[in-house]
Amino acid sequence: MARPTPRITRDPNIEFIDDKSSPKVVFYGTRFQEVNLPRGSRVIYPNAPMEPIGNLRAAVRYALNHPHNTDPLFAQLKPGMKLTIAIDDISMPLPPMVAPDVRQVVLEEVLKMCADYGVDDIHMIIAICLHRRMTGPEIKAMVGRQIYDQYYPDRLYNHDAEDPDGIVEIGETKHGHKVRLNKRAVESDLLVYVNLNLVPMNGGHKSVAVGLCDYKSVSEHHNSRTLHKCHSYMDPREHKNQLAKIMNRQGALVDEKLNVFHIETTINTRMFGGPLSFLNRPERTWSEFDWAKFQASNAALWKMPEAMRRKVFEQIRAPYGVIAVEAGKTEPTHEKILETSFKQYAVPVKGQADVLVMGLSFISPYNVNAILNPILVQIMTLGYYFNFYRNNPIVRKDGVIIVFHPCHEEFTKDHHPSYVEFYHRILGITKDPDAMADFEKEFAENPDYIHMYRHGNAYHPVHPFYMWYWGNAGREWTGKVIVVGAEHERVPAQLGWESARTFEDALEMARTYTNKSQPEVTLFHAPPIMVADVEV
Amino acid sequence: MKAAAFYDVDGTLISTNVVHAYAYYARNVPTITGKLARTAGLVASLPFYAVADRKGRKFFNDIFYRNYRGISEDRLHVLGEEMFERYLSKKLFTEMTELMKRSRDEGYAQVLVTGAIDVITRPLAEYLGVDAWFANKLEIVEGHATGHLVPPVLAGPGKADFVRKYAESQGYNLQACRAYADSASDIPMLSAVGRPVAVNPDAQLRATAEAHDWPIIIAR
Repeated sequence: MARPTPRITRDPNIEFIDDKSSPKVVFYGTRFQEVNLPRGSRVIYPNAPMEPIGNLRAAVRYALNHPHNTDPLFAQLKPGMKLTIAIDDISMPLPPMVAPDVRQVVLEEVLKMCADYGVDDIHMIIAICLHRRMTGPEIKAMVGRQIYDQYYPDRLYNHDAEDPDGIVEIGETKHGHKVRLNKRAVESDLLVYVNLNLVPMNGGHKSVAVGLCDYKSVSEHHNSRTLHKCHSYMDPREHKNQLAKIMNRQGALVDEKLNVFHIETTINTRMFGGPLSFLNRPERTWSEFDWAKFQASNAALWKMPEAMRRKVFEQIRAPYGVIAVEAGKTEPTHEKILETSFKQYAVPVKGQADVLVMGLSFISPYNVNAILNPILVQIMTLGYYFNFYRNNPIVRKDGVIIVFHPCHEEFTKDHHPSYVEFYHRILGITKDPDAMADFEKEFAENPDYIHMYRHGNAYHPVHPFYMWYWGNAGREWTGKVIVVGAEHERVPAQLGWESARTFEDALEMARTYTNKSQPEVTLFHAPPIMVADVEV
Repeated sequence: MKAAAFYDVDGTLISTNVVHAYAYYARNVPTITGKLARTAGLVASLPFYAVADRKGRKFFNDIFYRNYRGISEDRLHVLGEEMFERYLSKKLFTEMTELMKRSRDEGYAQVLVTGAIDVITRPLAEYLGVDAWFANKLEIVEGHATGHLVPPVLAGPGKADFVRKYAESQGYNLQACRAYADSASDIPMLSAVGRPVAVNPDAQLRATAEAHDWPIIIAR
């Protein structure tokens, strides 16, 4: 049967559902669901990908030679100097990008310049903060074989926030926030930071002050109190974002004490390539052939076992294009990157919704090559998707979020060992983030989890607490979260949420909760990602 | 101390086992014929020991420690210390010694509970500076090992019993105690505490650890 004629609207980012609208396709973990939204519902789509930079290497060289508010990189290189290059980890972009990763290109250019200027005492440190250590093959995929073979593992390695001999305190901010950083980075004559911005909260002072710090330093802002005061994470303005405010204070101290040369990059929204490239576009632009491809792929996915589906998705590499490269001092460099980033990601939206609908995919910044466990489902819903706004949340105060996800009660135990205990034990005792401080301390001192962070590939033991605190603002703002299609009702219940078998059931629950027979429904059609500039 | 951390030794803290330890003794028998006989006997018996271990650690110990029959007590002590200096100290998992240090700093008493024999364990325990250590003892009659262990033998469920009683005697809450082991034979000991950890686990222990969400540590 032929699809209804797509309705063309003047605003490419917004579509209102009418009788002719096609069903909307949302992620449901490693599968998709087709959703028939009620008439009058609004769908918000991301911007089309911006044109990528044609000659990336030339753009990198230009940035290195024309930095903001500092001397060109070559002018800061001297034979015999101690140079450290810190690099963003695998948590961005999502999915990992097709080779060469932009970090590889930047590193190759920087290293070439170092060789020309006689700099050979070079260490490269993956700025993982409390994230898991990247594996050798993951590092190789990120930096390329040549750099990997030459530097790994002695001069290319993961930051260790728990190394008793590897962290030094550089001081305290005026407000008493400690800053403790990687010793090698602090003792270097020059610290070059190679960043990749996927979302506007990446980069800037967060790069060094967080990426290379330890637990004490990061807990100055990654705590329940601070994360209550973020509206939102994607808004860099300090009066809207307490997290950014404290990180900026720490970062200012870093810039005062260390010589840091920032290289920031950002990418477009081209998340899906090859046979799945139609997923970058609104359904109304899909051809019959696109629909056929989608139906065939989705039917195949539904027939596969979950483990196989994960394998399929883990193979995906995103054909992102780099849209900006800037270098120089932290703040001006970051400002320039944010300009481009918001040009790509910001979507103007008028008015809030009673009910916000979203479909979660298989991936988050914290589960590359692992399972999206229930705690990560929570953070993607309340920490990320809820926070993809500036000015006002997309959903009204006390509104309802409907999220599509199977909510597997599974964990990748070598990556997320402390998550298991947090989910089963801590959430069984309390869901109140403000009552978790003692438990966080207990986890932080757990020698087994620390060992798994330092020597295995596990997230730091306190990471699940941060994931929970990260949901604070969303949890406070939202009246109810309803999961459609959860495998077991107990999983959403453990997160403090409710379950519905179908979207229609969820909508009915939302109607009852909002006490509106026709609540305003908005589908946040991501991925690809976007930041809604919501005007009320 | 708020609680204890109990460690199995062979395979958990060091990359050796009781067979390696005996091999060291066998290689160091003073006479060539004795050396050859003991070494050849050990090699020939290896498949048998593998089968015996599957039947249970206690059964294995009963069979295996017969090898020590006739070795003099003083030689056992001298070779035990020599073995640690020349061999075992190089087989220590440095990551586990790091973990022990952190565990001690967090207020856990460090306790070794091993099925190995005391003469081999003592130098290791002294090197690690643990708070207490418990190992099997060879029965000595007229200055020579009889090939039997002095009961109660620390193995399998026996280790679990021991850990329970020891924790009680020291006033530790077992739920707050940690235990570390590499082998399925130590599942009872691991199950006795609130914080079990599998270290370089064998297949059976790994399956159990995964099923019960026990942390799994790969130590080097």
